[in-house]
Amino acid sequence: MRSSKPIMLVEDDNVDAMTVKRALKDLQVTNPLIHQVNGEDALTYLQNSNGNKPCVILLDLNMPKMNGIEFLKVVKANPELRQIPVVVLTTSKDERDKVETFQLSVAGYIVKPADYKKFVDAIKTLNLYWSLSELPGSAA
Amino acid sequence: MRDSKPILLLEDDTVDAMTVKRALKDLKITNPLVRTANGEEALAYLNDENNARPCVILLDLNMPKMNGIEFLRVAKADEKLKRIPAIVLTTSKDDQDRVQTFQLNVAGFIVKPVDYMKFVDAMKIVNLYWTLSELPNSDQETSNAKLETDNACRG
Repeated sequence: MRSSKPIMLVEDDNVDAMTVKRALKDLQVTNPLIHQVNGEDALTYLQNSNGNKPCVILLDLNMPKMNGIEFLKVVKANPELRQIPVVVLTTSKDERDKVETFQLSVAGYIVKPADYKKFVDAIKTLNLYWSLSELPGSAA
Repeated sequence: MRDSKPILLLEDDTVDAMTVKRALKDLKITNPLVRTANGEEALAYLNDENNARPCVILLDLNMPKMNGIEFLRVAKADEKLKRIPAIVLTTSKDDQDRVQTFQLNVAGFIVKPVDYMKFVDAMKIVNLYWTLSELPNSDQETSNAKLETDNACRG
């Protein structure tokens, strides 16, 4: 990533979260990973993390308590949070999920490949793109 | 890009537009490039239902008539256009531009490298990412948009 700020992962499945962590490590991406298990926990973190907001948010869709779309609705309506790029990382290929999340201005929608090597390639591309792109935070 | 729809470019500088076109060709990206010279022309293109909806929008910021930020304000408030990913492609390193465009939900902010080979590398990464990422179906109405249309029809 272009900045050294944390990457936030919102993912209820612990095995999936470990896979993301492992892929970032294999790619030598050094940003810390903040893992939250649903939208509610992620919002609580964001609202209390004054100086340590993430550079990007990787978001699963199907989660208990507050799912990805409910989370996006809150984040994108909040002037303090809406500028953080949110990338969907899901197994859902549902056309409605794609349309609805892009309507909520996500900055990418990645269907997780089941194969680990392909998953690493996907995270590699994601990291390349968000290293090329500037990020909103000051002195990113 | 993941689909074969056009890429919409907003760029007032003809030489810069040609550089984008050349880079896409060098990278063998076959999506047609629709070039408009400012936000006003881009909106006219997008609002004409005879035109194919772009898969992504690449936009410069400093343009006459309607600049990039003014364009984003309109496009991101329009239920039919807001879903199209818009990526800033500019020479501006201005902090305010960056913050303001991310507030308007751009899906990337790329400072154009002056060197052509580096520019091609940047476009290659843009293409890789938007080939990996799914794109929204431009014709499908969301439940909200549909509701508004239904209400409008009912008068």
